[in-house]
Amino acid sequence: MSLEVTAGKTPSAARLRKQSWYQRPRFKRLVAMVVTAVVMAQVTGVQGVRNDLFYALEENFTGTGIWIWLGIFLAIWAVREFFQDWARQALARVKAAAAPLPEDGTAKAAPGGLAGQVRRVADGGRRLSTLFRGHRAYQAGGLGALLLVLIMLPLMVSTFWQQVMVDQIGMFLLIAIGLNVVVGWAGMLDLGFIAFFAIGAYSAAFWTGGLPVEPPVELNNFLVVPIAVLTCLIAGVLLGAPTLRLRGDYLAIVTLGFHEIVYLTAKNWTEFTGGTRGANSDRFSLDLGFWSYEWGLDPAPYYWLQLAFIIGVLFLFLRLEHSRVGRAWTAIREDEVAAASTGVDTVRFKLLAFAIGASTSGIAGVIYASKLGFINSEMFLVLMSVLVLSYVVFGGMGSIPGVLLGTAILVWLPEYLRDTVDAQDRYMYLGGLLVVMMIYRPQGLWPSRRRQRELRMSQEGTGSADALGAQPGGAQG
Amino acid sequence: MSLSDSWDVLVLGLVLGSLYAVIAIGYTLVYGVLQLLNFAHSEVFMAGGFGGVIALTIVEPAVDPSGMQSAVYVLLGICAGAILGGTIAFGLEKAAYRPLRRRNAPRLVFLITAIGASFFLYNLAGKLFGRYPIAMPTMYENKTVFTVFGTRVSITQLIIVGAALVMLAAVDVIVNRTKLGSGIRAVAQDPEVASLMGVDIDKVVSRTFVLGGLLGGVAGFLFGTNLQVEYTMGFLPGITAFAAAVLGGIGNVRGAVLGGLLLGVVEAFTVEIWSDAWRYVGAFAVLVLVLMFRPTGLLGERVGRAA
Repeated sequence: MSLEVTAGKTPSAARLRKQSWYQRPRFKRLVAMVVTAVVMAQVTGVQGVRNDLFYALEENFTGTGIWIWLGIFLAIWAVREFFQDWARQALARVKAAAAPLPEDGTAKAAPGGLAGQVRRVADGGRRLSTLFRGHRAYQAGGLGALLLVLIMLPLMVSTFWQQVMVDQIGMFLLIAIGLNVVVGWAGMLDLGFIAFFAIGAYSAAFWTGGLPVEPPVELNNFLVVPIAVLTCLIAGVLLGAPTLRLRGDYLAIVTLGFHEIVYLTAKNWTEFTGGTRGANSDRFSLDLGFWSYEWGLDPAPYYWLQLAFIIGVLFLFLRLEHSRVGRAWTAIREDEVAAASTGVDTVRFKLLAFAIGASTSGIAGVIYASKLGFINSEMFLVLMSVLVLSYVVFGGMGSIPGVLLGTAILVWLPEYLRDTVDAQDRYMYLGGLLVVMMIYRPQGLWPSRRRQRELRMSQEGTGSADALGAQPGGAQG
Repeated sequence: MSLSDSWDVLVLGLVLGSLYAVIAIGYTLVYGVLQLLNFAHSEVFMAGGFGGVIALTIVEPAVDPSGMQSAVYVLLGICAGAILGGTIAFGLEKAAYRPLRRRNAPRLVFLITAIGASFFLYNLAGKLFGRYPIAMPTMYENKTVFTVFGTRVSITQLIIVGAALVMLAAVDVIVNRTKLGSGIRAVAQDPEVASLMGVDIDKVVSRTFVLGGLLGGVAGFLFGTNLQVEYTMGFLPGITAFAAAVLGGIGNVRGAVLGGLLLGVVEAFTVEIWSDAWRYVGAFAVLVLVLMFRPTGLLGERVGRAA
């Protein structure tokens, strides 16, 4: 009899477990999609105007954009919730087509249609990669071809893009290579890296007689390069020596403070630096007696000069990566305590990382100041330090090709967006891209194998992927 | 600098410092549970300022408000700032940080995500509301209330310090006395053990973000009444508050308050003794000096141990 009574009701434990309709994942995903659509409508909507706070909001909520975005995101939601099997099957078909054919001769001829296309492309890619991996001659040939393309590049693009390549991409590449040593290899968090770039640029202006103060001797720009590198090395050691005791986050804020102090000094010590009004700097010139050349306003010669510097730095740094020093940095990054206990002089190697990293910024600073012929304090904002760190992580820190690729793409993107979207919104898209990239591909565009393994281990809950200590929120299953 | 001048500067510094303290708590709480430097918190602060402006633009304050009306306007602005700040912080955690937490991403990835989110948010605000400073609608006549040793204290200053004190006391009670607070402290000490003991980590993290966001939003509104609201207004106060959190010992609530007040006073005196241009140098110099001798900040780390 008692059974009959309870049969009609749900048992209490089950009732507790039961979710209301608004707690179901499906509904939560719907809400997420609607919110994303609304945000996207704001992102792609009109610009705000002066004296009417609600103009842009009103336009974006009543215009057609929001309906288009709602349509797109509701369609994604519907496919995901109700046609998941179908979508998964389609994906599996494409994957099967791209998989390598069995090698025992039973392979069927590639089917026609889309699947055949995918298979042919995938096979071609695989053949190409085995070809390159196997033979040194092909590797050298590939590198040579790449170099040739890089040398020819300024001849193929407009002056605007030549300027972008020299003033922005090339400059940030040099800086990013240096920052990669500090962040990617030694695993220290540096949020003030552009300070060294500023020091390099100001030493260029100082030694070529551009600053309000007179230098002891005026030097040729090429001679300034080693001096600037040396100055940055010293600055790196001066910053590093008192702060290297600090752990990741403390180091980050201290380096940020260092940058702010350098920036404010450049801005306010007008008797020395010229402040916001700026200072002039000489351009590069070469006089060998029998042949002389002066770099003028044309960006292309600067491009080749910069390329030469980048290749030189790359040559040195690639050798550094697997040297004794590079391995010591890896050890420090993966586990500082273990490294110290096996005899790695952690303080010395960390200082070395700081100094060597800073040196490339010195080169970049000299080239930048010489190219523009003018510098002022507003070229070295704190935001740039933050940006350049995100370039390095975006590309895949610790991996030189990744860092180069990531920096080139992220510097190129805002310039490219200049014509396609409202120029003021460029950095909004950049920020959005960073967030999406970090969620879906945290290892970066082209990670080094070693870092990828560290990341995988940290996902599984063993080891840490950087020298910053524990993971956020701890290891969660 | 005479004695009465230094009283003036001290009051200015304390007003500024109490704002920094409130923002710094947002950093420190999130750091406690996630070990994350939440760069985007400065954008939460900015959102609070815009929340206040939006709410007050909708209600359109009367031209010559009575005392009661003024109080309502101020409360409205505080609530609007808190709501928008809390919402942004909640959304940020849900959209950006939770997916990373799911896959145990390393901390640098969190940091870059925070930087990206910060760029996205402040540029979005600039796009929607225009890239120029907006003055907060007048809510009251900013009279002098009383004088301390010849230093005049205005209504705005009084409101800022009063609201900050109330919030600091509330946070202290929440962290030390409530169930949420013990959850926060448990997750800060050891997330794994906390989840074994039945603490729902996702909920605690989400609510910590909301708590920090509410505080940051109110601070944004208060900052906006003192000066102006602009899409870039979050960056420098955000960084200074972040420095304050580190100075006091990051993850430590009382340390954040101490650090915030100290940096505010140092900043005010730097401006007075040198000039406005050197504003942030003094604060960072103090930070570097303190960290050289006490590498974990004035009061030491972690919400769990020292709050």
